[in-house]
Amino acid sequence: MFYLPPVIEPMQRSDANQSSEVNFDTLRAKLRAGGAEFWRSLENLADTAEFRRFVEAEFPSEAPRLLSAPDRRHFLKLMGASIALAGAAGCTRQPEEKLYPYAEQPEQIVAGKPLFYATAMPLSGVSTGLVVESHMGRPTKIEGNKQHPGSLGATDVFAQASILGLYDPDRSSTVRNAGAIRPWSAFVDWIEPRLQELDALGGKGLRILTGRVTSPTLGAQMKGLLEKLPNARWHQYEAISRDQARLASRLAFGREFDTRYHFENADVVLSLDGDFLSEGAGAVRYARDFASRRSADGERPMNRLYVVEPSPTNTGAMADHRLPVGGAEVEEVALAIAAELGLEARAPVGVEDHLPWIRAVARDLSKHQGSCVVVAGERQSAATQLLAHALNEKLGNVGSTVEYTEPVAVEPSLDVGSLQDLSDAMDRGEVKMLVILGANPVFDAPFDLEFEERMKRVPTRVHLGLHLDETAVLCQWHIPEAHFLEAWGDGRAFDGTASISQPLIAPLYDGKSALEMVALLGGNLEPNGYEILRDYWRQHLPQPFEDAWRRAIHDGVVAGTAFPPAVPNWSATLASVLPPRAADAAGIEVVFRSDPSVYDGRFANSGWLQELPRPLTRLTWENAIWVSPLDAEDLGVSSGDVLRVELEGRSVELPAWIVPGQAQGVVTLHLGYGRRRGGYVQDGTGVDVYPIRSSEGMWHAGGASLTRTGAVATLACTQDHHSMEGRDLVRVANVGDGHAHAGGHADDSHAEEEGGHGGGHPDTSLFPDVEYDGYAWGMTIDLNSCTGCNACVIACQSENNIPVVGKDQVAAGREMHWIRVDRYFSGDLDTPEIHHQPVPCMHCERAPCELVCPVNATVHSDEGLNDMVYNRCVGTRYCSNNCPYKVRRFNFFLYNDEEADIVKMAANPDVTIRSRGVMEKCTYCVQRISRTRIEAKKDGRRIRDGEIVTACQSVCPTEAIRFGDVNDPASQVSLAKASARNYSLLHELGTKPRTTYLSAMRNPNPEIEGV
Amino acid sequence: MVFPTKGRRETVSSHLPPLVEPGHTFGSVTDKISSAVTERGTPRGWIVGFAFSFLLLMVLLVSVTYLLVYGVGVWGINIPVAWAFAIINFVWWIGIGHAGTLISAILLLLRQEWRTSINRFAEAMTLFAVACAGLYPLLHMGRPWLAYWLFPYPNTMGMWPQFRSPLVWDVFAVSTYLLISLMFWYIGLIPDLATLRDRSESRVGKTIYGLLAMGWRGSARHWHRYETAYLLLAGLSTPLVVSVHTIVSFDFAVAQVPGWHATVFPPYFVAGAVYAGFAMVILLAIPLRRFYGLQDFVTLRHLDHMARVMLATGLFVAYGYMMETFTAWYSASTFETYMIENRFFGPYSPYYWALIFCNVVVPQFLWFSRIRMNTTALFLIALVVSVGMWLERFIIVVVSLHRDFLPSSWDMYSPTIWDWGMYIGSIGLFLSLLFLFVRFLPMISIFEMRTLLPGAEVKEDEA
Repeated sequence: MFYLPPVIEPMQRSDANQSSEVNFDTLRAKLRAGGAEFWRSLENLADTAEFRRFVEAEFPSEAPRLLSAPDRRHFLKLMGASIALAGAAGCTRQPEEKLYPYAEQPEQIVAGKPLFYATAMPLSGVSTGLVVESHMGRPTKIEGNKQHPGSLGATDVFAQASILGLYDPDRSSTVRNAGAIRPWSAFVDWIEPRLQELDALGGKGLRILTGRVTSPTLGAQMKGLLEKLPNARWHQYEAISRDQARLASRLAFGREFDTRYHFENADVVLSLDGDFLSEGAGAVRYARDFASRRSADGERPMNRLYVVEPSPTNTGAMADHRLPVGGAEVEEVALAIAAELGLEARAPVGVEDHLPWIRAVARDLSKHQGSCVVVAGERQSAATQLLAHALNEKLGNVGSTVEYTEPVAVEPSLDVGSLQDLSDAMDRGEVKMLVILGANPVFDAPFDLEFEERMKRVPTRVHLGLHLDETAVLCQWHIPEAHFLEAWGDGRAFDGTASISQPLIAPLYDGKSALEMVALLGGNLEPNGYEILRDYWRQHLPQPFEDAWRRAIHDGVVAGTAFPPAVPNWSATLASVLPPRAADAAGIEVVFRSDPSVYDGRFANSGWLQELPRPLTRLTWENAIWVSPLDAEDLGVSSGDVLRVELEGRSVELPAWIVPGQAQGVVTLHLGYGRRRGGYVQDGTGVDVYPIRSSEGMWHAGGASLTRTGAVATLACTQDHHSMEGRDLVRVANVGDGHAHAGGHADDSHAEEEGGHGGGHPDTSLFPDVEYDGYAWGMTIDLNSCTGCNACVIACQSENNIPVVGKDQVAAGREMHWIRVDRYFSGDLDTPEIHHQPVPCMHCERAPCELVCPVNATVHSDEGLNDMVYNRCVGTRYCSNNCPYKVRRFNFFLYNDEEADIVKMAANPDVTIRSRGVMEKCTYCVQRISRTRIEAKKDGRRIRDGEIVTACQSVCPTEAIRFGDVNDPASQVSLAKASARNYSLLHELGTKPRTTYLSAMRNPNPEIEGV
Repeated sequence: MVFPTKGRRETVSSHLPPLVEPGHTFGSVTDKISSAVTERGTPRGWIVGFAFSFLLLMVLLVSVTYLLVYGVGVWGINIPVAWAFAIINFVWWIGIGHAGTLISAILLLLRQEWRTSINRFAEAMTLFAVACAGLYPLLHMGRPWLAYWLFPYPNTMGMWPQFRSPLVWDVFAVSTYLLISLMFWYIGLIPDLATLRDRSESRVGKTIYGLLAMGWRGSARHWHRYETAYLLLAGLSTPLVVSVHTIVSFDFAVAQVPGWHATVFPPYFVAGAVYAGFAMVILLAIPLRRFYGLQDFVTLRHLDHMARVMLATGLFVAYGYMMETFTAWYSASTFETYMIENRFFGPYSPYYWALIFCNVVVPQFLWFSRIRMNTTALFLIALVVSVGMWLERFIIVVVSLHRDFLPSSWDMYSPTIWDWGMYIGSIGLFLSLLFLFVRFLPMISIFEMRTLLPGAEVKEDEA
């Protein structure tokens, strides 16, 4: 799949373009040939005289409409038409920028055959390598880039959903000045004299605010700009702040280093409020590394995970031992462990109850010196992080499971500190011009910076952003930002590996990238991101440049740019640098968390992400205040009761959600909801909790109080029931108990007991089994690896054109996800075990759904797929009633028609859009099977194992999902099914599901098991 | 009547009221029954009743229109409760229809001549109930305009229905049922239509009744053919009494949902259907005999008999509930036992206990002949049983579905205004048809009633 395609030669300029005569034969020839760069703006295209004549001649009836003034809706239609008019590229000006299709040659562009291009997605400055599927110039699906260290082929939910972000109908589409629509040239004309003024003053009064920057080019540009304008200042702010990690590094080593973990080498992992499996830089990679040691079948022993955290996370759900304590208390636990291991620091407070646990963990860590790792969450205090550094040093982990590198950020700075400087400068009236590139501080700055008030005092404010958001509407100038899939850019992965990201489509709304904006500030009035990027990399890529450039773009990574390990030295003893204990605050502790769906609020307008059931709560479309069962009992609160949280005299009101495993006395609030501007999808979703987040308590703050308001809210939750009701659904076994308890084959007798007096083996049937001579597709899902990250859900939604139905429909029980991640709690309410179980269609060999369909709309294929024939379905819903797994989804309304035209561009052309009244469900990505089968047939061979990768499988960070031919005993899926851990869900029903599960394993510490 | 009735009459116990009050002649029977149709001027009560029914019918019209415009999402159904009111109402209406068939066919074959005065409107009730029932399977489909795909008809797609699906069996069962019931009812009407033709004073009446009477002159040959056809249809209808609701129960019993998958379902459903049907016949008979002064023809003896049938079938149904519970316990299957636990104590448990009250407790009053003969008490009990039978279907359909195998997919169901609109509207349709029926057709079989008179007895000297 991955081979280097030939360079696309600079586009042959159309003769028609230069001569005044239009040669329609040439045009048609171009149309037939198809232009590789046809994606270039049709908006411009529509304005050329040639195009007008062409349209009039070719589509006389459509001409008046096509040639009318390009209002937004019309433009969107034109964009849609761009697919039909793909080859129209032949008659417009072509950019001389070279794209490198990832996998297939451009001359092979065939309708229906996708191309794959490598690019990279930046999030809080950290890039994740992607491979983007593009149909006829239209990016439709995100995959991970196998060569990228931060991806290894997988992605998180944000990357998956970015395709919808590109086609977000609420994206800002024009330059605006004081709300009025202006052309880009007006902005350039306006800024030109001001730049000259600034030049004269050395940039005095100019402040630029960006998010965290790892982009080498942008970094170099900014440095160049600051050299040119020495009095200007550059600020960086991310609401998902890493300040405490930076501070800890400064305290320990005197300057900043980034910490990198090697979970593949760790036998014992202690996480101090670190959700390393799903949050922060490198989470996707870390999940893979962690899972590689999570197997009891492997050569190396299974790892053991201890998690100390205030409220449950996906990492906590994986833990063998999880200790719920308050956000500030984690530091004390860390101190106690450090003390047990002989580190000199201050005495821990209030950990007496946990001492047996702490001692057992400390002993386990000391038994695994050099092969254990202590991870401190970036939410934790600098002290906790410092203790983690000290523990890793003490345990000899540095160099094996922990590495330090130079910081990945170009100009590491404290998020809050930097924004505070800006805020203070604005307050003092020193800021004359504020340029905000991609940030939204009016929404997400700590309240005590009074950013909004102070910003209004800045005479000139310019904003570059994807949406007309809270910050944009307070700026005189707003410039639409190009989405990362529309713009050239670069960035670094968590380990420093650089990626050059190429656009997949021309900017839909003529957006500008940050690179271009900074170039403009530097005096380049016609900035071109492509040239800027090439200029930078010309000096940083090996010679010959063109070859290296092509290779870098094609691969999606710049080889050999990972940062080498650094060896920092402690600048002082731990005891001397350890910050003193924060003062105790009475009352409830509030913990802030980035949201697993909307992050810091930037993804709030994504329907996919909003409707994605949040891990652990299964809530959609809003945030709730997480309350522990004990606190709920004290307060007499049940889920849905609206609570007022008061913190430092400020308050927010939002509905309660009782979360088993939440530490007592701690409530958790998720950031990013309650957006006020920037899109209709996010309207009315959740409550903004930034108004009580101060710069001192960015992640946890004590002294809050909770009161009931008396109101009750309806929350749209996709799973109301927490317990497995004693049913044999998620099987869990302990390492060392032997596989018999965990496995499927050995467990059939057990299943029969469950099935009752049915008599005989549940697979017994009066009918002969169907023989599958050719392929027999099957899937296994390893519950031991699944972290519940939800990436499979969004990947499936993107691949299979699954509609978003909205909060009301979810609340009514009509969500459409083809794969869902069930979550169960077991054990104690306060310290439960948490289980995740992804459930796609089981493709039962004896499918109960098929038997009851009156019109043969769901039938079995000769390869064992349970196929759904949409256009045959009359919608009796009997199949869903008879499906014990309830994986079937019904189009109760015409869900697919409610989206704006532009959103339809995100649709996968290989998958039917389902109409109202039709049942749908997981198909095992039958379109991918067919595509591969066609290729194999052309070559006259069988489909190879691993050649078909389903969307959920491909995105899974831990490779928990395997798919393939179960008729082939050597296939990955057959090997997995041969495992003693393999079992069928609801085996006792005799459905013979093709999707089976591998039971989860726990590796408990015998010392703690009895504690 | 078809059969000699002499021997039967002698066995009737003397303490029961007669089937026809004394003093009637052939002429008075004919006058009395046909007057409801032929009288000039429509009674005010009829107009008020019909107007109310028609209003409800309009509710149906609005609900169906709204449903067809927006889709079944206007109802409260979801995943996992993909069936609810539509299927509940379908089963409820179909069940109600059963009494009519039972009365007209089985009681005919069993020579229960007390059926004579109630069979006509019971058959009409069957027909209208089946019409109401038939709406639901059609409208509950996601794409009702494709409903004909459930019929095996030759088509260019080369597709047949999927014959293993109980829904296809349903199509055959219900359409056969509708057809046979219609023919049975119509053929039974022919001699009376001829009477109306002859007595009608308006040209329109003469023409329409004349056309419908198909040239009936009451010749011996006509009577001979009529009786052969009627008997044949009675023979055809008899298995339908059992088969239709058996097949309806297969909709559930064939599926593997706990609470559905039970072998007791066919007899339990048939008994339930007869139970509900007799309740409905009582509900209709009591007001009709009152308002049209038909106490002479529909006597307390009829009500007593119907109440006894209701009591008997009610006990069958109670046995069904018991066996469902026993089987769930005996199966030792977690899913089955949880299903019962959920019925007893789950979120919908008040409905279950209401069902037990309505269908098991209240009918026990029918052991007392004083209550069986008391029209008010009987009317109330029949009403309670009708509600109870609706609740039974609610428990079977919704409460089984809402918590099945995987707790992760458990959810709640609550009906929307459109669910209620469809239900109330179908009652409107039923009542509207019924009002039209009593106004335009003889609600009691005139000629059969005449055979019950002493004068109809074949005298020995004439033989």
